[in-house]
Amino acid sequence: MSNELPGHGGSNLPAEEPIPNPGLPEHTWRPTDIDEAAEKRAERQIAAMYLLSMVCVVLFVITYFVADVGDNWNTILGLGASTVGLGVFLGLALLLIGAGTIQWARKLMSDVEMVEMRHPARSSDEDREATLAALSAGGEDSGIARRPLVRNTLLASLGLLGAPAVVLLRDLGPTPSQAAEADYPGAGLEKTVWTPGMRVVRDVVGTPIKASDLEIGDLVNAEPEAIFPTEENGYPELHGAELLIAKSKAAVIVVRMEPESIIPGENRDNWSVDGIVCYSKICTHVGCPISLYERTTHHVLCPCHQSTFDLADSGRVVFGPAGRHLPQLPLAVDEEGYLVAQSDFTEPVGPTYWERDHKDIGDQGEADL
Amino acid sequence: MRILNLTAGRLSRHRRGPIAGALLLLLGLVTAGGLYTAVMTPASAERTQDLASQVEEGRKLFLVGCSTCHGTNGEGITTDRGNNLGPSLVGVGAAAVDFQVGTGRMPMAQPGAQAPRKDVAYSEEETAALAAFVASLGPGPAIPDESDYSIEGLDSAAQEAAIVRGGQLFLTNCTACHNFEGSGGAMPRGGYAPKIRGVEPKYIYEALLTGPQTMPTFSNGNLTPDEKRDIIAYLGSLDDAAAIGGFTMGGLGPVAEGLFAWVVGIGALVGFAVWIAAHTTRSNKKKVEA
Repeated sequence: MSNELPGHGGSNLPAEEPIPNPGLPEHTWRPTDIDEAAEKRAERQIAAMYLLSMVCVVLFVITYFVADVGDNWNTILGLGASTVGLGVFLGLALLLIGAGTIQWARKLMSDVEMVEMRHPARSSDEDREATLAALSAGGEDSGIARRPLVRNTLLASLGLLGAPAVVLLRDLGPTPSQAAEADYPGAGLEKTVWTPGMRVVRDVVGTPIKASDLEIGDLVNAEPEAIFPTEENGYPELHGAELLIAKSKAAVIVVRMEPESIIPGENRDNWSVDGIVCYSKICTHVGCPISLYERTTHHVLCPCHQSTFDLADSGRVVFGPAGRHLPQLPLAVDEEGYLVAQSDFTEPVGPTYWERDHKDIGDQGEADL
Repeated sequence: MRILNLTAGRLSRHRRGPIAGALLLLLGLVTAGGLYTAVMTPASAERTQDLASQVEEGRKLFLVGCSTCHGTNGEGITTDRGNNLGPSLVGVGAAAVDFQVGTGRMPMAQPGAQAPRKDVAYSEEETAALAAFVASLGPGPAIPDESDYSIEGLDSAAQEAAIVRGGQLFLTNCTACHNFEGSGGAMPRGGYAPKIRGVEPKYIYEALLTGPQTMPTFSNGNLTPDEKRDIIAYLGSLDDAAAIGGFTMGGLGPVAEGLFAWVVGIGALVGFAVWIAAHTTRSNKKKVEA
C-alpha cells in the first residue's frame, strides 16, 4: 500500500518497536482525483488564471503608453490613471500567476504523503581520513612549509592588494584641506560665502531686508546676497555644485524678538540689530536645515532628531543630540538701513567633522559631546 | 483709417450755444455738491457713530468672554509664577481677532499647549465688534480685503507665475512646520502646527500677518502682500490638483506609507496564506479502483 510508512532504515532504532506502529490514517481523496470532470475543470481554472495574468500584462503595457502623464495627467476617481493602472494590472498579473500555481499544486499535483528519511550530516570515517590525507599530501607537494620565501612574498602581495582600495576611496571626494584650497568663494568646511558687509537677502526672491521693515516675531529664511548675483551688486556668478555648496552652507534664519529678551553672549554684544538676530540654518548635529521656530519661546527645533536651540541665548542647545550651539552670524546695517553681515561665521557651520578644532566649544561642556 | 482725426468734434462745436459750457459746469458743481451733502456727510457721520458703538459693543463682549485671561483692557495677565495666562492684545490688530475668534480658536476651552480650531462661539457681527474693540487698543494689522489674497484679477499667465513662486516660498518658509503638502506637523511640548489645506484664504493671510500662538509672524516687511497672496494661491492649487501619486494617506510621508505597507499589506498576505492552508480540497469520497 502506498499510504503506509516505509520501513525504518536507521541502525539507531531498537530492533523491536515498543508499541506497534499505527501507520498513517487512511488517505482521503480529492474530487479531482476521483472525478475526471472535476480534474478537467481544475485544469481549465488554472489555465484561465494564467491567461488572465497575460491579459493584465497586456493592459499594463497599454496603460503605460496610453495614460497621459507629465503636464496633463489622466485621472481616474481623482487619482492618477497611470499610477492606478500600472499598479493594479501588474499586481493582478503577479497575483494570478501565484493563485494559479497554488491551485495547480492543491488540486492536480500528487497529493500522496511521502516520507524521505534524513541521512546523517557527519561524513563517514573513511571519507574524513581520505580528505585529510589529500590535504596533507597537497601541502607536502607544494612545499609551503619548506619554501618560506615563496610563502612570505605571496602573503605580502595579497596584503598589498588593499592599497588600491585605499587610494580609490580617498579620491572619491576632496579632502577637507583640498576643499579649502579650491578657488571659489567660501570654499572649505571652515568658511562660507559670507563676507563683511554682504547683505542678508530673502531666500527665493533675493530682495534685501530693511531692519526697520521687520516686526517683532518675524522669521525670515535668508541667504547671502552672493547667491543672487546681479550687475548691480557685482558678485560673481556661481554655477552647479559651487552654487549648491555655497547656498547650503550659508543659509541663515533671521528672527526679530524683543531686544531685552536676548541674553548677550560673550563678545556678542553688538551682533544683533534692535532684537534682530541671525543664525546658521544648518543643524550642528547632522546638518538638516532648520527653521521650525517658535515665536514665543525663541526656540528653533530640528525636525530630524529634535535638537532644540535657543536663539535668544547664542543658539544654545536646550534639548536633543546636537553637540554644539548654532553658529551666529554677526549682523549690522548698511547706510541704506539694510541688514548686512559683519563678517563670515566665526566657526564652521554644520555638523562636527574629523579635523574640526575641538577648542571652540564655548558654552557646551566637554561632557555634552 | 486716419491716424489723427482733427475734425471729429466739429459738428458738436457748431451745435453748442455760447453759454452751454458755463451752464454745464454749474450744473455739474451743483449736482456733485448736492449729492455730497445729501449722501456722503450723514453716512460718514453714521459710520463714525457706528464704529464707536461697535467698539462699545465689542468692549462689552470682551469683558464677558475674554477678560479672564487677557485682562479687562486687553493688557494681558501674568500669573504669580511668571507664566502668561493670556498675552497682551495691545497692537495685535483686528486681523488677529478675526483669525482667532473666526476660526473658533478663541475663546479657548482650557489653557494648554495648543489652541485647536473648533466651533465658532461668536456670530459674525460679534466677531467684528470684538475686532473693532481690540483694534482700538493700539495700531495693528487690519482684516485683509479679498483683493489682497485672491489672484482672480490676474491673467492666466500671471496666475501660473504666482502659483509657481508661491510654491517656492511655501517650501522655504512654511514646510518646516506645516509639512510639504500643508498637512501640519508636531511641535515641541505637545503642540502641533495645524493642517493648512482647505483653510479659508482670509484666515491663512491673517495667520501669516499675526503669527497665532507660537507661529512666527510674516509681516508685510517680511513677506510682501503679493508673496502672501502667491503662497495662498499655491495652497489652493494643491487642493485643485488630483492625487496623481495615488492615495496620500494624510500626506505625512514614509511613516504613514510604511505603516500601511506593514500592517495592511503584509497583514493581507498573512491572512491569504492562512486562508489557503485552512481550506482543504479533500472530500470523503472513496476512489473507485479501476
